[in-house]
Amino acid sequence: MAAALTPTTTPVATDTGHSLWSDAWYRLSRNRLAVFGGVVLLLLALLCIVGPWLSPYNYNDQVLANAFARPSFTHWLGTDELGRDLLVRVMIGARISLGVGLCAMLVALTIGVVYGAIAGYAGGKLDSAMMRIADIINSLPLTLLVILLMAFFGRDIYLLFVAIGAVEWITMSRIVRGQVLSLKKMEYIEAARALGYSSARIIFRHLLPNLLGPVIVYATLTIPAVMLLEAFLSFLGLGVQPPMSSWGTLIKKGAETMEESWWLLVFPGSLFSLTLLSLNFLGDGLRDALDVRTAKD
Amino acid sequence: MLRFVVRRLLQLVPVLFIIVTLTFFMVRFVPGGPFTAEKALSAEVLKQRNAYYGLDQPLGRQYLRYLGHLAQGDLGSSKKYTSQTVSEIIAAKLPASLELGGLSLLVALGCGLPLGILAAARRNTWLDSLCSFTGLIGICVPTFVLGPILALVFGIYLKWFNVSGWEYADDRVLPVLTLGIVYAAYLMRLTRGGLLEVLNQDYIRTARAKGASETRIIFRHALRGGLTPVVSYLGPAIAGILTGSFIIETVFQIPGLGREFVNSVTNRDYELITGLALLYGAMTVLCNLAADIVQVWLNPKLRFE
Repeated sequence: MAAALTPTTTPVATDTGHSLWSDAWYRLSRNRLAVFGGVVLLLLALLCIVGPWLSPYNYNDQVLANAFARPSFTHWLGTDELGRDLLVRVMIGARISLGVGLCAMLVALTIGVVYGAIAGYAGGKLDSAMMRIADIINSLPLTLLVILLMAFFGRDIYLLFVAIGAVEWITMSRIVRGQVLSLKKMEYIEAARALGYSSARIIFRHLLPNLLGPVIVYATLTIPAVMLLEAFLSFLGLGVQPPMSSWGTLIKKGAETMEESWWLLVFPGSLFSLTLLSLNFLGDGLRDALDVRTAKD
Repeated sequence: MLRFVVRRLLQLVPVLFIIVTLTFFMVRFVPGGPFTAEKALSAEVLKQRNAYYGLDQPLGRQYLRYLGHLAQGDLGSSKKYTSQTVSEIIAAKLPASLELGGLSLLVALGCGLPLGILAAARRNTWLDSLCSFTGLIGICVPTFVLGPILALVFGIYLKWFNVSGWEYADDRVLPVLTLGIVYAAYLMRLTRGGLLEVLNQDYIRTARAKGASETRIIFRHALRGGLTPVVSYLGPAIAGILTGSFIIETVFQIPGLGREFVNSVTNRDYELITGLALLYGAMTVLCNLAADIVQVWLNPKLRFE
């Protein structure tokens, strides 16, 4: 079985076999787009952590005489309407955008997986009640919900994570529920139940590990969705507040001043798109690597 | 089937009730009121105004009064645009949003579905890569980047279209393209993914073994099941696309509902917020219902669950 999954050119350890994860890692590392995505993301993370220290400029240094400077050797990406160096602002913005993406994804992941698994496994009335609640939350205007949450808690960046995470969990819970619904009819779950295991043990020990694939894939794909929502909020002036900058606020400024200064729109915009692209490549790669059915082809 | 539809329609009532209640109380717990933005108001005038609109009364009574009006189909009046009722604002702003959304949806379906089917049918060929790559570009360039860039290139540099506005027929091109491309990209990916999922199943292998042509396999056997993720995505997406895209309407200065919606929140325009939330909620529930009906039609197995 394991040997059939691996090309014959690689030496196969005959006695140990391959775990699902080592197999997935092997397939992932052979996927050029996924590797490209991963490398870009690592470089971006490095850039936004180390970059601002290496730059001679501070993200809030205003040199009004040098406003709207074109990209040059002194300011690689040009300057904005207050003469601030765009490169540093993009790097600081990356910290916030990526940070929001990661943290809010974790919030959404936790809520979604637990909620979906319980609903799917319990089935019956509890399931339909839980899914109806999810439907109601989903039918509330999402933007209104986040805007109101932000207004409740003040415009605190950490609460932005929670607010976004708290609305983005629904899809994850639906996916998990759907998977649980189909998995719980399998014989091995019946066997586990026949052995007298508790529901919690069956959910966490037998069901969730089999869901890990879709969950990881969807979590990777949630990050871009969350980053989009953050940028959207910042675009409305409800997210990150000045003088801090996220990519959303930078793009907004760029769109407002694009007639005089294309670089303020093009650089943050393309970096944002590159990040989303990389995350999608990585997510797709993970899906191909973890999807056992695809691997059998 | 009819029972299913009726049952779901009856569920609409409590869902809308919860939406109204939640929004009603949430907006009122947010600090500030509809008149706090106008600094010039003295305490006296403010009190007078609040009394005039009944905002000084206990929250419970305000709520009951609102529900009473709502039961008669009265959504209340705006606090910001003093002479207009919420229904009038919706009637004035919805058409632009519907037109933008409808046209974009046509673009999205017209491009997304065929490209997705093509990509799945020609999996792992250059056609698939090309479709997938175009699809990715659509996904990774969000509307607030794509819109301004299209306006920059076609409006400012090439001068083919106006940068913004909603007066002439060709003003529709850029906003519809921006919104349509993004949704088309999602639809393409979902169609491709859903089809590939189904194409791996045993009954497809059976069809293939019986000598069915690839076209027949896709359109006759696979498409029905493969469209499931597309349909469940389309439900909420259509509701969102029709009630207005705030970003697109801002970037291209379109007088639609999306812009009104976020303005109403910043203005603390209580009745307008609640009314628009209600509209949006109703649209979402109805579109989800439609999506569910289509799903059951596509996959009769669901009827028994």
